[in-house]
Amino acid sequence: MAEVVEVSDVRRSYGDYEAVRGVTFSVARGELFALLGTNGAGKTSTLEVVEGLARPSGGLVRVLGRDPYADRAAVRPRIGVMLQQGGFPADLTVTETAAMWAGTLTAPRPVAEALDLVDLAHRTNVPVKQLSGGERRRLDLALAVLGRPDVLFLDEPTTGLDPESRRNTWELVRTLLDDGATVLLTTHYLDEAEELADRLAIMHQGRIVRTGTVAEVVASQPATVSFALPPSVPRDRLPDLAGTLVVDDGDRLEMHTDTMQATLTGLLVWARDHGVELRELSARPASLEQAFLAVASSPSSPEPERAEVAA
Amino acid sequence: MSAVMTAGSVRRVRALATAEVRLLVRNRTAMFTALALPVLTVAVLSSIGFGEETDLPLGAVVVTMLAGFALLYVVYYNLVSAYVARREELVLKRLRVGELRDGEILAGTALPSIVVAVAQVVLTAVVSAIVFGLDAPPNVVVAVLAIVAGVVMFVLLAAASTAFTRNVEMAQVSTLPVLFLCMGSLIFSGVVVPADSVPDRVREVAQFIPLTPVVDLVQLGLTGQTPDGDTVGFGASWAEAVSPAAILVAWIAIGVWALRRWFRWEPRG
Repeated sequence: MAEVVEVSDVRRSYGDYEAVRGVTFSVARGELFALLGTNGAGKTSTLEVVEGLARPSGGLVRVLGRDPYADRAAVRPRIGVMLQQGGFPADLTVTETAAMWAGTLTAPRPVAEALDLVDLAHRTNVPVKQLSGGERRRLDLALAVLGRPDVLFLDEPTTGLDPESRRNTWELVRTLLDDGATVLLTTHYLDEAEELADRLAIMHQGRIVRTGTVAEVVASQPATVSFALPPSVPRDRLPDLAGTLVVDDGDRLEMHTDTMQATLTGLLVWARDHGVELRELSARPASLEQAFLAVASSPSSPEPERAEVAA
Repeated sequence: MSAVMTAGSVRRVRALATAEVRLLVRNRTAMFTALALPVLTVAVLSSIGFGEETDLPLGAVVVTMLAGFALLYVVYYNLVSAYVARREELVLKRLRVGELRDGEILAGTALPSIVVAVAQVVLTAVVSAIVFGLDAPPNVVVAVLAIVAGVVMFVLLAAASTAFTRNVEMAQVSTLPVLFLCMGSLIFSGVVVPADSVPDRVREVAQFIPLTPVVDLVQLGLTGQTPDGDTVGFGASWAEAVSPAAILVAWIAIGVWALRRWFRWEPRG
C-alpha cells in the first residue's frame, strides 16, 4: 500500500464552529507533504486529527492503514509527533526530558544520539525553562525522532528558529526522508515548503483550496508583466495584449497573463514598431508566495475568526 | 484492563513516574505538602487533645487520622495541583501523542504522591505501635484494602476536580469543598469525638462523604470498633465492612464517570 496517510472529507467542529470543512489529501510512502495556510486556516486542527489526538466530527482518517484514534496503540509506535507547542515540564533538564520520553517508547534511539541530531548535545544538563524558544523547538524535534518513526508529523517545525537552525532542521528532515520516512508538516514559511515539499496543499478557512506539487500550485497563478509608458504615449495606443490589466496607477501598468511569452512578444513588437521606450520593464513567472497570497486575500466568509490552537 | 498491564505498560508508567519524582523533589511547596503537612496536622490535633474523648487506643487514632490527612493532602490536593500544572504546561497533551495510554499517564503522574502517602501511613503505624503501643489489629486486611481503595478514589476525585480548576493557583480554592467535607467526616466518624455522642442524623449524612468509609474501615480493621461504637472481632468485622465498602466503591464509580465526562487533556482554547 503506497498511501501512508489518507485523509478523506475530514471535518472538525468546536461547538458550532467548524474549523475543518471537508479536507481530503493523501501522503505516499517516502513523501513530504506540506500543509500551508494562514493562521486559523485549520492546519493544526487537521493535523491533530491525523495524529489521533482527536476524533474527526466527519470523514475518514487512515495512518499506515489504520484509524489513528481508535487504533492508537498500534499506530503510535510507528509515528513521531512534533506539536506546535512543546509541553515540557519546566523543571526537567534536556536529558531528563528526552530520557523520560525514551522510556515510554518501544524502540527508541539512544537519547544522546537524538539530542546530537538536533544540535542540543551541549545543552543536556540545562533545565527546559532556561532554553530559548528555538532550542525548545529542537528538543521537540528530538523527541519526535526518538522512536525512529516511519511517519513524522511536524507542526510548524522551524517557527522561532534562527536561519542556521532552520537549515539544520531541513537537513535532518531530508536525511530522515532519505532513510524512508514519510513526513506531513505544516508551515507558514513558503520557502520551507518550496525547499522540502514533494507536494503541498494550501488551506484557507478550513478547506484545501490548492494542492499539488509546487510547480502545479504555482501554475494556477498567472505570470506578471509590468512596465511604465512614457507620458507622451496614451494608454489607448497599446495593442490588444493577452492578459488582464491589474494595476494602472497612471504611470506604471501591471498585467497578469497565463501566456507570458505571447504577451511579452505582443508588447515588445508594438514598442519597437512605434518607437516607444518601455521603462521599468519586468516579467515574472508566478511564485508560491503569489499563489499563497492570492488564496489568503480571498474574501472571508462570515464565520467569526478563531485561534487555530485546538480548544 | 489488568490483562493489558504488560511489561510495556509498566515500563512506560515507570519512565513517567521517574520524571514526576524529580519534579516533586524540585517543587518545594509540593514537597512540604507531601512530607510535612499530614504529620504536622496530626501532631497539632493530638497536642490540643483531639481524640482523647474517645475510648479508642491513641495509636489507632493517630494512624487513622494520618491516613485521612495523607489521602487528602498528598493524594488529593497534590494531584489536583500536579494534573492541572501538567495540563496547563501542555505536558498532558504532549504525553498523549506518544505511546502512553490515557490511564498510564494518570497513573504515572500520580505514582510518586501515592508512594509518599502510603509510606507515611506505614511509617506512622510502625512509630505509633512503638510509642503508644498498638494492640494486634482484629482485621488488618480490611484496613489495608480501605487505604488502597481510598488512594484509587482520591486519585479519581483529583482528576475529576481538575475540570473546575483553571490553573494551579486556583487549586487552593477548588479543592476546599472536598477538603472541608472530608475533615468533617474525620470529626464525625468517631475518631475525634466519641461515636455515641454524634447525632444519628449527622452520622447518616456523614457516612456518604468520600473519606468516611476509608476512616470507618481503617478504624474497624485496627480496633474492631464499628461506626456505631460497638466492638467486633475478625469474623463480624467483614459484615460490618460491607456498607462502608459499598459507599467507597460507589465513589470510585462516580470518580471514573466524572473523569470520563469532564477531564480535559489540554487547556481551554
